[in-house]
This record gives sequence, structure tokens and C-alpha cells, in this order.
Amino acid sequence: MSSATATVSIPRLNERGRVTQARVALSEWTKFVSLRSTRWSLGVGVFLTIAFPILFAAVTATHWAHMSAQDRADRHPLDIALAGVNVAQLAIAVLGVLMITGEYSTGMIRSTFLAVPRRLPVLWAKVGVYAVVSFLLMVPSVLIGFFASQSILNGKHILQISFGASGVARSEFGGAIYVMLVGIFALAIGAILRNTAGGIATFAGIFFVIPPLMNILPTSWNNAISKYLPSEAGRQLFSLHRDAHSLSPLWGGLLFVGYCVVAIAIAAVLLVRRDA
Amino acid sequence: MIEATELKKNYGDKRAVDGVSFTIRPGVVTGFLGPNGSGKSTTMRLILGLDSPTSGDVRVNGKHYAEHAAPLHEVGALLEARSVHTGRSAYNHLLALAQTHGIPRRRVDEMVDLVGLHEVARKRAGQFSLGMGQRLGIAAALLGDPATVVLDEPVNGLDPEGVHWIRNLLKQLAAEGRTVFVSSHLMSEMSLTADHLIVIGRGRLIADLSVDEFVRKASGNRVLVRTPEATRLRDLVLGPQVSVASSEAGILQIEGLTAAQVGEIAAANHVVLHELTPQQASLEEAFMELTRDDVEYRSLGSSADPKELAA
Repeated sequence: MSSATATVSIPRLNERGRVTQARVALSEWTKFVSLRSTRWSLGVGVFLTIAFPILFAAVTATHWAHMSAQDRADRHPLDIALAGVNVAQLAIAVLGVLMITGEYSTGMIRSTFLAVPRRLPVLWAKVGVYAVVSFLLMVPSVLIGFFASQSILNGKHILQISFGASGVARSEFGGAIYVMLVGIFALAIGAILRNTAGGIATFAGIFFVIPPLMNILPTSWNNAISKYLPSEAGRQLFSLHRDAHSLSPLWGGLLFVGYCVVAIAIAAVLLVRRDA
Repeated sequence: MIEATELKKNYGDKRAVDGVSFTIRPGVVTGFLGPNGSGKSTTMRLILGLDSPTSGDVRVNGKHYAEHAAPLHEVGALLEARSVHTGRSAYNHLLALAQTHGIPRRRVDEMVDLVGLHEVARKRAGQFSLGMGQRLGIAAALLGDPATVVLDEPVNGLDPEGVHWIRNLLKQLAAEGRTVFVSSHLMSEMSLTADHLIVIGRGRLIADLSVDEFVRKASGNRVLVRTPEATRLRDLVLGPQVSVASSEAGILQIEGLTAAQVGEIAAANHVVLHELTPQQASLEEAFMELTRDDVEYRSLGSSADPKELAA
């Protein structure tokens, strides 16, 4: 018998806490910032939001002299300033999906649920952390995009718009809010599907495939239905001008928030009910 | 303390756990033994609230797992399946778990040192070997200084030194008065670490007994006898519950009688015995005997029809 038992000394722990929502939020923050995919996706999102308006403004300024009156009329300074939002939303959506599906694909979700077996605090914490981070990153990004593109256009004394002009500040912050909501919606899709590829494909389907498909419909149907799609409703948050067949920024934004709430609610119910 | 009552779990049509009841007591190491696919991991997932039972009930330290306000202080668990994000460092993995309970960073460092991962704690867990992954899982299990420890196949992938370390760790945890529940598909491993055994096969409880009892049962009533009057003795002991085999002249393997019974029969009939030895079946043999009908995946034996194999 080799009973020369070298006793293992296991240090004791005197502090005895309990799980709280704030602690789970701190834990989710640690998880969020300790992954490379987070830094990459956020970096790409910020870069696109800033780079697109600059690129768009530079091209417009260079070609302005050769542009037709029609082309010139189609260019709007706020469209240029917010040109990055439509692209950045994809990076933010992918990260939103990954925040939860990454835990399922690696098995981390089991560790997470062992620490927080009630599960819902985890979902609230993920949504909270991601909403705050994406909003705080997008606000300066859209503002930099605005002022950078304006200063480039100012070089040619074209397409100037004041930040104080009606609807401009609302559109700028609306763009940041839109991207934040896209992230939350994507996170909910990830929680529902629990699969990265499926989550990203579903998001792309809802935001990039279904809207153009609506053009197949008779115009009157298209006009009646399209404005209620998540992407169309959400877009009103950062659209300066409202066309005849779209919702107002307020109603469009509220409807998009509604979609997010429903998606999160479904995710919450499934999260508690399903086996991990 | 873990108490399971009539625990059942179906996955679709497949019944993974079929009405299992047991109580795991503190202060001893309880081994959870069964062939692969017998329902060990599922039972552990039910204990830990990862899956919910189809029917029946299981409580840890008096409550359902999810009802504990601070589960990591109550139960520490190592799952068989990997449960670490491959892109995160071991340190940050443990830190994130600790933060859910307000456990200080100092504790994370202590656990990293305890399991010997100090050198690699800042490396991404995806680069870890199986053994390092196991050590990280054990660090996570002990993070909250839990009263109950549930470990699914903890020696998997560990080198001999690691296996030795785990054995001592388990004994130490039990000696400190904790409840220690450890699964394995290797009887030999359990016989070295466990005091008590729960054996399952095909989702059903087969045995709930101490290791000593198991060993006694395993050795059963098998006796080796060496005698010049082998044929006579054989005729004397043979009966409906008794079988006799002989590998060479003058040696009998008697099954179904104890050494004492054989000795008494021999004495009463004046049969000379040169040797009378109770036989110890190996623990592995005993375990295989016990679970023979409950093995989910059996390798095709030599008796299999070759045509079937070719098909």
C-alpha cells in the first residue's frame, strides 16, 4: 500500500456571498472583455461607422464637379454621415449572436448555469452589458462620422448641414440607438437558436433578405407591410426624412423596441425551460 | 448530502435515467459506477439542475440546486463535457465564475495554485491539454469552498501523478466532512478512492453498498480446493446452487459454497484436503458480472456470426 498520503491542503474561504444581479453583471462584463471576438467585432463596428462617412464624403467631394443635378440632389449630408450604420450593424449583430451561442458551442453555458442556476439574471446581464457598451461606443462613432464627413464636404462648400438643424441630432442618436437595439435583437436570436451559424443566418434573413423580397409583392401590399418589418421600423430612428409609406421615427423606434422585447421574452422563456 | 427519489429522465423516446433513488452522505467518498451510457452523466446533470427530471426529485444539501442563493458555496461540480470557453484564459474563466458570488480575486489565485495551473493561467483555455482542462474544472469546482462536490470522471486524461493527486484530494475533501460524489466507469479506480458505491446500468440502480461489501460480494462463494480425492469431493458438494470446475487433476473450483462449508463437508466425509482457498474475483470481473446485462454498447465478441459482421 502506498499510503504515504501527501495530504492536499485545500484553502478555506471565509467570505460567503450570494448571487446578485449586480454580481452577475460584473461577471458578464469580465466574460465580455476577456474574449478576442469581442474586441474584433466592436473594433470593426466602430471602424465602419466612422470610415464609411469619411469615404463617402471624400468620393462625393472629389466627383461633385462632374455629377449631374440629379445625382447631386440624391446626395444628402445626413445619409453620408450615417452611411456606416447599415454596415456596422452586421458586426454588432454577429457579436450579439456570439455572446450567447459562443457559450453553447464551447460548453461554457454549463459553467455559467452552475454559478447562476436561475439563469435569467445571466440573460438580463448580457443584454445590459451589451446595450451599454454598444451604445457608448456608437454615440462617439456616429458623431465622429458626422463631423468628419461634414468637414470634408466643407472643403468644397457643399452639402452642409448644422447639427442643430431639425432632426439631425435625433437621427445621430437614433443611429446609435438603432445599432444597440440590433445587438439586443441578435442576442435574443442567439439565445433562442443556441447556434452561431443559425443565429447569424436568421438575423441576415430578417434584416437583409426579407426586406428586398417585399418588392415581389404588389406595390400596395409592399407599402402596407414593409413599414412594419423590424429593419424598416428601426431605420426610421435615423432617417431624417419620412416618406409616405413609413412610420414616424417615434413609432418606428417603438415598434423596433417591441420586436426586441418579444424576442428577449421568447429567449427568456426558452432559457429557463430548456435543458442546458 | 444528495438525495434522489425516483429520478427519471427521458430524452425523446430514450430513457436515460429510470427511477433511481439514493442518498449520498457527507464525510465519505461515494463512487458512482456504471458502464458508458448507463446514465451517470445524466444523473449528475439532474443533480446540478442543468437538466430537469421527467419525474422524480433530487435535492442537494436539502434544496433543489437552483433554489440555493449561493450555489457555488453549496456544490462544486466538474462535468465530463467541456464547460469552458476556449477563447478565454483560465484565470478570467475562474474570475467570471467567482464574481457571480462576490468571491475575491485572491481565491481565484489560490485555486490556480492548488491545481498547479499557475504557469498557464493567462493562456487561452482552448490550448489546454485534456489533463490541464480537468485541473481547471477542479479549480472551478472548489472555487466556492463547497459543502458538496460532484465530479464526473475526474481522472479522465490525467497523468499518473494527476490521478494520485485527485485520489488524495477526494479523500481530503471527504475527511473535511464534505459530501463527495465521483463517477467513473473504472472499478479499479473506485476501489482505490471510494468508501461507498452506487452502481447503475441502463439508467437503473443496480447496487448501493460499501466498497468492502462489494468486494466481499464480488469474491462471492468461490473456493479453490486441492485434494487427492477430487472426484469424490465433487460428487459430495454438487447441488442445484453449486457448480464445480476443474482445470487440472486434483484441483477443483467450487462455486456456490463458502470455504467453511466445503471444509465441513470434507471433514464430515473424511476427504483429505491439501488446500482450501477462498477466491477473490478481481473487482473488474465483479463489476462486469454485476453490469453484464446492462451494458449499452457491447463490442462484438468472437462468437458473433461472421456473416453479420460482414453485412
